[in-house]
Amino acid sequence: MRFGNKTATRRELIFYALCLIVTSFALTALLITVGAIVASGALKLNLDFLLGFPSRKAEQAGILPALLGSAYIIFLVAVVSVPIGVLSALFFEEYLRNGPIKKMLDINLKTLAGVPSIVYGLIGLQIFVRTFDLGRSILAGALTISLLILPVVVIASREAIRQVPGSFREASYALGATKFDTIWRIVIPFSLPGIITGSILALSRAIGEAAPLICLGALTYVAFIPDGLFSPFTTLPIQAFNWISRPQPEFHQNAAGAILILIILLLIVNSLGILIRLKLQKRLNLG
Amino acid sequence: MEERSAIVTKGVSLWYNDFRALDSVSIFIPAFSIMAIIGPSGCGKSSFLRCLNRMNDLIDGAKVTGSIKIFGEEVLSTSCDVVELRRRVGMVFQKSNPFPKTVFENVAFGLKLKGIRDREFLLYKVEKSLRMAGLWDEIKDRLNHSALDLSGGQQQRLCIARALAVDPSVLLMDEPASALDPKSTAKIEELILELKKTVTIIIVTHNLQQAKRISDHCAFFLDGRCEEFGPTAKIFGQPDKQSTSDYVFGKFG
Amino acid sequence: MWLFRKTTRKAFSALCFFSASVSILTTASIILFLFFETLEFFKEVPMTEFFLSTTWSPLFEKKEFGIWPLITGTLLTSMIALIVALPTGILISIFFSEVVDRKYRRLLKPTLELLAAIPTVVYGYFALVVLTPFMQNFLPNLQSFNALSAGIVMGLMILPTILSISDDSLQNVSHNLRLAGYALGATRLQVTFFIVVPAAGSGIFAASVLGLARAIGETMIVSIAAGQMPKLHFNPLEAVQTMTAYIAQVSLGDTPYGSLEFRTVFAVATVLFILTLILNFLALKLKISLNSV
Repeated sequence: MRFGNKTATRRELIFYALCLIVTSFALTALLITVGAIVASGALKLNLDFLLGFPSRKAEQAGILPALLGSAYIIFLVAVVSVPIGVLSALFFEEYLRNGPIKKMLDINLKTLAGVPSIVYGLIGLQIFVRTFDLGRSILAGALTISLLILPVVVIASREAIRQVPGSFREASYALGATKFDTIWRIVIPFSLPGIITGSILALSRAIGEAAPLICLGALTYVAFIPDGLFSPFTTLPIQAFNWISRPQPEFHQNAAGAILILIILLLIVNSLGILIRLKLQKRLNLG
Repeated sequence: MEERSAIVTKGVSLWYNDFRALDSVSIFIPAFSIMAIIGPSGCGKSSFLRCLNRMNDLIDGAKVTGSIKIFGEEVLSTSCDVVELRRRVGMVFQKSNPFPKTVFENVAFGLKLKGIRDREFLLYKVEKSLRMAGLWDEIKDRLNHSALDLSGGQQQRLCIARALAVDPSVLLMDEPASALDPKSTAKIEELILELKKTVTIIIVTHNLQQAKRISDHCAFFLDGRCEEFGPTAKIFGQPDKQSTSDYVFGKFG
Repeated sequence: MWLFRKTTRKAFSALCFFSASVSILTTASIILFLFFETLEFFKEVPMTEFFLSTTWSPLFEKKEFGIWPLITGTLLTSMIALIVALPTGILISIFFSEVVDRKYRRLLKPTLELLAAIPTVVYGYFALVVLTPFMQNFLPNLQSFNALSAGIVMGLMILPTILSISDDSLQNVSHNLRLAGYALGATRLQVTFFIVVPAAGSGIFAASVLGLARAIGETMIVSIAAGQMPKLHFNPLEAVQTMTAYIAQVSLGDTPYGSLEFRTVFAVATVLFILTLILNFLALKLKISLNSV
């Protein structure tokens, strides 16, 4: 309780009660959503499901191709979008002077972050599938998702770079460092924990995205393991979507299983991110 | 006088966009001595200091005109290698700013920038610089600890050691003791007096007593102009200008 | 050595520049490809039909290309989402900034922000498999695909967006302003409602605009739970089709690329893009003016 008189009036109590109810409503909704998935999907957490292939029979169906597809996509997206994102953030914060151009690029970035993901899907279809003729491949999918999360990575990295105190930069320049030295030895090492946090957040989004891949024509029925960059593919959210769209409740249970594994994957990626960040921060404090 | 000077400035003016921060400052600073720059807040002391190693280049919209010669070389010309200049003209800031790295890495930073990798040599230079900064005996066992674990006064002396490691001939100090307690301040002052044997020191200070204690020469700045400069005894004894006398005898500031 | 370092420096800054230009190229391609395909579309379908007809049936025998059913479908679900998320988000943010202790806020806010980390297929699943059957218990007329469930769940999805922006803007209201209120003898509730919330008004408005933009652009929830019925109506109990769900439907189907039917997707996407662009710009402008206060 911040300020004002200690004893609350009745009207205040009513209002606080309302606030409390609404807050707990939101928390309950979160709990129920996750709970419903766990309750229905937990039965599916077995090796047959994990290592199986899609099937017309719900009880025989598995998610191996989707799981591997998602893994491929995360890996490729991370490899493409994080370096490009960090480099453009460096361009913004270290090379670009304040002025109309910076302002314009800034607005462009924020606008891109708000473009619906399905529009990225259509653009990916035009650029990667049609113009570059990559087909409905993992590569085309990963590049499309990379474009989608790039603005998020750039915005988060810029934020992290801005957190590096100006006094560190000054000290470095005063010792005769060039701009490149300062970026390489000071700015990047000290903003890395923040950059990683932001990138993990963006990658989490990439893992859950289905809409743009649907536009690209990621297949919903893939009964083989993707064998390279140009292989057709499916991912966990698409597989889940496919199963939800069927009328039979048994398939809905499969969908819950796929979603549960998707959530576990998200948790793994996020905890990895936290671990890397902690390790980096420890190293930074020690030098 | 001018010939024996380490630094000679002529008509140095500094603009931040339309704001004129310095107005034709012309002074000489003799070699191997301590020059204190005094004056009320906002008079351009720090801005002037930052002209000497071109730190103002880093600020958007800053523009310097005039001439600054350091040991005969023109600093403001486009042919001046700023990186080389900043190695010869070290700087210590008002708030100590060690990197969150080890003590060793901090002191070795400037050397590593020069591409020096030889561990033996680095260790030798780190020890030498820390000794010069009077810090070696206190922290020689803690070279691999984080610099942020040091006390405030030790951090500032570490920053001095870091600047000394690249063998500068001039050291710029921007109120180096203003954030420290009296005991640490005394140590820093002792150190500065010791250092003038090897480098020329220009120190901006808010503290008149400090300027009186340590400096050989003094320059009084007011509203972006250098009102008067000369031997410290003269500035604090019988200054030429009324404004200087008003300031040093405490009528304003 | 010196030359090598100089080359590295140049190469690095060039690399940064090219990376930054990817964003520009993305914007350019979005605009170029959307408008090119849309132009092709309007060569075959008159603009008057697109904007004036009230029937959308490009995939049927008798083709009509009136976009209104998709727009109303989109607005219906997004408005339901906003009706759920806006009061909830504002109340919770008031709760956080005016009532709850800081330490609880530090715990609760990230927990609620988890809602934004949940993949949207999960929400879709929840709407279709859990929420709709549950609500059918007391809303017997509720169809199994309907705008209501999709909208409510989408409200949960945009709740963190609204919550964090309105929380930020409430935090921005200066302490002095509050003290001035108390000094005039206002109660805490009066300070909250007559001083703090109005002062944070434009931030809260920006939050709702941004939330609306996100709801309009969302695909999976509405594809799964709202149905694929492009009909002009405002009954939340019935199925609708949103613009995004239509694009997904065509992409999933076997409509040949390059056909007129496929081009409809780009025409719809252009409308969607422009709509979200306007909303995002509005939110950006509101937030900028907020920051400059």
